[in-house]
Amino acid sequence: MLAYIIRRVLWLIPVFIAVSLITFALMHLTPGGPWDTATPRAVPQAVRDAIKAKYGLDKSLPQQYIDYIWKALHGDLGPSFSSSVPVSQQIAQGFPLTASLGLAALFVSIIIGIPLGLIAALRHNGLVDQISVFIVTMGISVPSFVLAILMIVIFSVVLRILPYQFQRDQWQSWILPVFILSLAPTALMLRLTRSTALDVLNEDYVRTARAKGLPASTVNLRHVLRNALIPVITLIGPLTAGLITGSFVVETLFGVPGIGRQFVQAVNKRDYGLLMGSTLFYTLIIVVFNLAVDVTYSFIDPRIARS
Amino acid sequence: MTTQAIPVSGVVLNIQVEKPARTPMQLALDRFRRNRLAVISIVIVTILIAMALTAGVFAPFAPNFQSAVAQDAAPGAVEPTTHRINVLGSDNLGRDILTRLMYGSRVSLAVGFVANFVVLAIGVPLGLLAGYFGGLLDNLIMRFTDIMYAFPSLLFVIIIITTFGRSLWVIFIALGLTSWVTMTRLVRGQVLQVKQMDYVTSSRSLGARSLGLIRRHVLPNIMGPILVVITLGIPETIIAEATLTYLGLGVDPSTPSWGTMVSAAVGEIYSSPTQVIIPAFAIAAITLAFTFVGDGVSDALDPRRR
Repeated sequence: MLAYIIRRVLWLIPVFIAVSLITFALMHLTPGGPWDTATPRAVPQAVRDAIKAKYGLDKSLPQQYIDYIWKALHGDLGPSFSSSVPVSQQIAQGFPLTASLGLAALFVSIIIGIPLGLIAALRHNGLVDQISVFIVTMGISVPSFVLAILMIVIFSVVLRILPYQFQRDQWQSWILPVFILSLAPTALMLRLTRSTALDVLNEDYVRTARAKGLPASTVNLRHVLRNALIPVITLIGPLTAGLITGSFVVETLFGVPGIGRQFVQAVNKRDYGLLMGSTLFYTLIIVVFNLAVDVTYSFIDPRIARS
Repeated sequence: MTTQAIPVSGVVLNIQVEKPARTPMQLALDRFRRNRLAVISIVIVTILIAMALTAGVFAPFAPNFQSAVAQDAAPGAVEPTTHRINVLGSDNLGRDILTRLMYGSRVSLAVGFVANFVVLAIGVPLGLLAGYFGGLLDNLIMRFTDIMYAFPSLLFVIIIITTFGRSLWVIFIALGLTSWVTMTRLVRGQVLQVKQMDYVTSSRSLGARSLGLIRRHVLPNIMGPILVVITLGIPETIIAEATLTYLGLGVDPSTPSWGTMVSAAVGEIYSSPTQVIIPAFAIAAITLAFTFVGDGVSDALDPRRR
């Protein structure tokens, strides 16, 4: 088990080197540099050299890469190209909001997805099951911005009961973003809970428990749900990582000043410093969550570590 | 065996007739035809393809025609300068929504097909190499896919697009480049299974070369799962393109595409919500239709499912 965990943690190193190298290389492949803009004033060579030296642009590309990684390991993701606030600080400002929205959405998807999935499996082909299949189809196959727009039209434009623009200290304005953010994870969790619960219901131990005369609620909760939840745990890792990081759409649509919107703006402003820093930060979160889930899962199901 | 009433020299006899043997492909087609949702969806997809191909003929306006007088026109209003009808209304720049919807379907369909062609072109050969030859090659390829798997795919696409520009081809290829990993893993796993089969062993013992063996025996036997991954990959790439374009990171805003239509009309959501609802519904329709077709294909090819 320990060997498995160590192997998994060590595997992070090549992943990080590869992701940062690819991103770094792509960023420097981009045609154009800081001096290409049509500046009306000619910049003296001495000033150029001084600025280049300040940002380390006078060094060779491999040296720039090593310097960048070395600073990143110390929590400094370098300067932003479009703002005077350093990249690390911008991420630190946006991240708490993005994370709280994401965790709220995760909470919503757990309390809706798992119970609904269990009920759908218990009443297979019943009304709840049919509603569940509908939710799953919509949540997975329709892009979230499309659903978001339909929701905004219904709740903000026609009914006028929920605000459209996000404001941090107005709780009503959290409802639509959190709800829309939770749609895809709810659908995925519902689908997985439903299908594993359907499998578990056919197991001998469930039949035995029923035959013993245990009350239905005991069988459903202790035998069915508990065993059906095991694969769902593996889903929570990537989902959480996705929620914390993948909120580009919701943050852009509702005007939430989190890291997702920062990233989209960084792309539009061609702020390579922020882009590179955000990519590394996102990768860190995703990789760490996946690792945490794999390790947890190896405790629940020891067969994983042995393979 | 079934009994059929067959007239034989004036007398109708009940004769037992041997049913012709049916190929697995025919059986799969039968199963697909019985899936009502999948059949309706394939009709919708066909209509969309026809619409995309004939947009130049049937669209009432030119795709970038801007009416200086009929901005934000209601559905059914007549455009005064051309005397043509804005069937679904016009947007805030006076462009006809139906026209742009018709031209926009080209982008979504092209993304779905081209990006998945890239997935085929990269994912299948790599999976075949890794699975068939094994050893160091397998190890190298699989470690590389592991790394690509850890790379957040949407970020990768965005970075490629920022680096190489926003042209349609860059977007197609970028989306393909991020989705081949699943295909490689699947093909490798399938090849490992097929490799153990007796017909492969016997064919090799008869002296078949690797390349011929892969082409004649391995590839045909893993086509089913490959087809399933491709059909289910189409709606995924359509969603990814629409989302990127909506965020302003995909197709150029002047190109008529459903994503650009939504992002252009979001600002008008209070004053004229239909402008944003129409392309939004179109996106929902195309992704749902392709998903149902994909589900139908995977159910038809794998009778054990469900």
